[in-house]
Amino acid sequence: MGSSMAEASVTASGEAIEAIERLRAEHGPLAFFQSGGCCDGSLPICMKDGELPPGPGDELLGTVGGAPFYVDCEQYRRWGRPSFLLDLRPGAAEGFSLSLPDAHFVTRQPR
Amino acid sequence: MATIQESTTFEAPGRPGSPVDVKARYENFIGGRWVAPVGGEYRENLSPATGQPICEVAHSGAQDIELALDAAHAVKDAWGEASATERSKVLNAVADAIDENLEMLAVAESWENGKPVRETLAADIPLAADHFRYFADVIRGEEGRISEIDKDTVAYHFSEPLGVVGQIIPFNFPILMAAWKIAPALAAGNCTVVKPASPTPWSILKLAELIEDIVPPGVLNIVNGPGAETGKALASNKRIAKIAFTGETVTGRLIMQYAAQNIIPSTTELGGKSPNIFFEDVMAADDEFLDKAVEGLVLYAFNKGEVCTCPSRALIQESIYEEFMARCLERIRVITQGNPLDRRTQLGAQNSLSQLEKIEGYVQIGRDEGAELLIGGERNMLAGELAGGYYYEPTVFKGTNDMRIFQEEIFGPVLAVTTFKDEADALQIANDTLYGLGAGVWSRDGSRAFRMGRGIKAGRVWTNCYHLYPAHAAFGGYKVSGVGRENHKMMLEHYSQTKCLLVSYDKNPMGFF
Repeated sequence: MGSSMAEASVTASGEAIEAIERLRAEHGPLAFFQSGGCCDGSLPICMKDGELPPGPGDELLGTVGGAPFYVDCEQYRRWGRPSFLLDLRPGAAEGFSLSLPDAHFVTRQPR
Repeated sequence: MATIQESTTFEAPGRPGSPVDVKARYENFIGGRWVAPVGGEYRENLSPATGQPICEVAHSGAQDIELALDAAHAVKDAWGEASATERSKVLNAVADAIDENLEMLAVAESWENGKPVRETLAADIPLAADHFRYFADVIRGEEGRISEIDKDTVAYHFSEPLGVVGQIIPFNFPILMAAWKIAPALAAGNCTVVKPASPTPWSILKLAELIEDIVPPGVLNIVNGPGAETGKALASNKRIAKIAFTGETVTGRLIMQYAAQNIIPSTTELGGKSPNIFFEDVMAADDEFLDKAVEGLVLYAFNKGEVCTCPSRALIQESIYEEFMARCLERIRVITQGNPLDRRTQLGAQNSLSQLEKIEGYVQIGRDEGAELLIGGERNMLAGELAGGYYYEPTVFKGTNDMRIFQEEIFGPVLAVTTFKDEADALQIANDTLYGLGAGVWSRDGSRAFRMGRGIKAGRVWTNCYHLYPAHAAFGGYKVSGVGRENHKMMLEHYSQTKCLLVSYDKNPMGFF
């Protein structure tokens, strides 16, 4: 499950994969978009797949737990094309991202 | 010392002696009444100052949004037909209620968001009142337009309300940002359904309690709940005529897409990475202007950096860098961080644990990418009940504009500083960003400041000032910082339809048939 190839731009922790599976059981297929700016910026936004159709400016970085993970190309370039580790932190999501009642997704730099 | 402490610090909401009463739980404000969420669910609302609960707040879903829309639609014709005089009276009464309860609202807002009460007393709450007063006033001077097409044909242009609008509020200024949206919507004759930010659902309800008998039932409705459910149910609803949103870029796209699906207008305000530019002439004299410029840099810590226009990139001309930065660091070093309800506190608590952890993540990224840490860089663990709060030290990095900490909005008290050679270099760095919401220019040379101001691709360029938000000064973004303007009477156009009556006074037929 998930993408754990060393060269992948996005990977996910075991907890994140487990959360994706739980959310998929509830909502169906999912997709992630890495956000930027303002209140919940810099957080990955988890949505039902198709809720926001990816546009020509979106880059598919890989899949996590079977869900595509997109980032805006220009944003990704400006951020220096980092690798992301999708992880889970305590507390429900504060914005429009789907989340568990007690945990939300974050992206970190894999260490 | 103990007596001084008491006299400078407000009691926390709900405690004896506090200006703010707190109920155990808060329902939604729908149709002028307090209505329990259909699902019967509530969530604890925490204070960032302590990490402890303030109260419970409704955890609503799509059905609650429908109830609010029912209430709004039931009165939209009556409110839309109310005269400007009547609407103005209501908005002025809201402003008066805010002014009369300044301390109560300021303390509630501070405890809700974590921001220092000195800011809510002096800025957030007075500005919110003024915003209602501004729109109460400008609608009295509005008039339609008449175009004389020819001697017998006249086009009459009327502004008509859109009807019922949806408005989604961010957590960083829960009451003021709500005022920015509610006042123009109501002034233009619309009814609104407001969805506050999930981390700050309560202080706006304290305002609703004050005005529940002032605003006609159904004109203003407030529904709390998670963005993915409640926010989506509102933003994608076929029964709204416009959606307004402040937040991050992906959700902004989502909102605009929902609007496209329903063919309604949207306005979005989506953040920034604002440059604050200091030319060498600010140090031409050691006077009050230099003092003002130093404060202008330190304003990155205003509202703990949780401002879409946070001047989070300081660009300092290299010839003055050492001396100017030394003065700024001196000022930053003496920033008082502590209980937001202490009037002496300059830096409060970040809004949530999630925000605090995000800041920690970025500071680590800054260290990893080789930026030089000049001050701060750690979570500030305070004592006593504040130990559970989300405090972060005022932090400054020196680096270059291609680093992530210069390109990503951190939304915390973290400043990224770099230097520039000349005006062209400053302009290039300033515009080398995805965003275009705010900017600051500091110079004693008015011509240079003007050229820079016009050259920077941002909706608001503060010149020899920063973080002023008076009504009647348009605010909004270039580039990915969003679409639309707030804070100015041009907002009335964002909340109105244009009706054209094309009237012929000619008795003669056209002659085609």
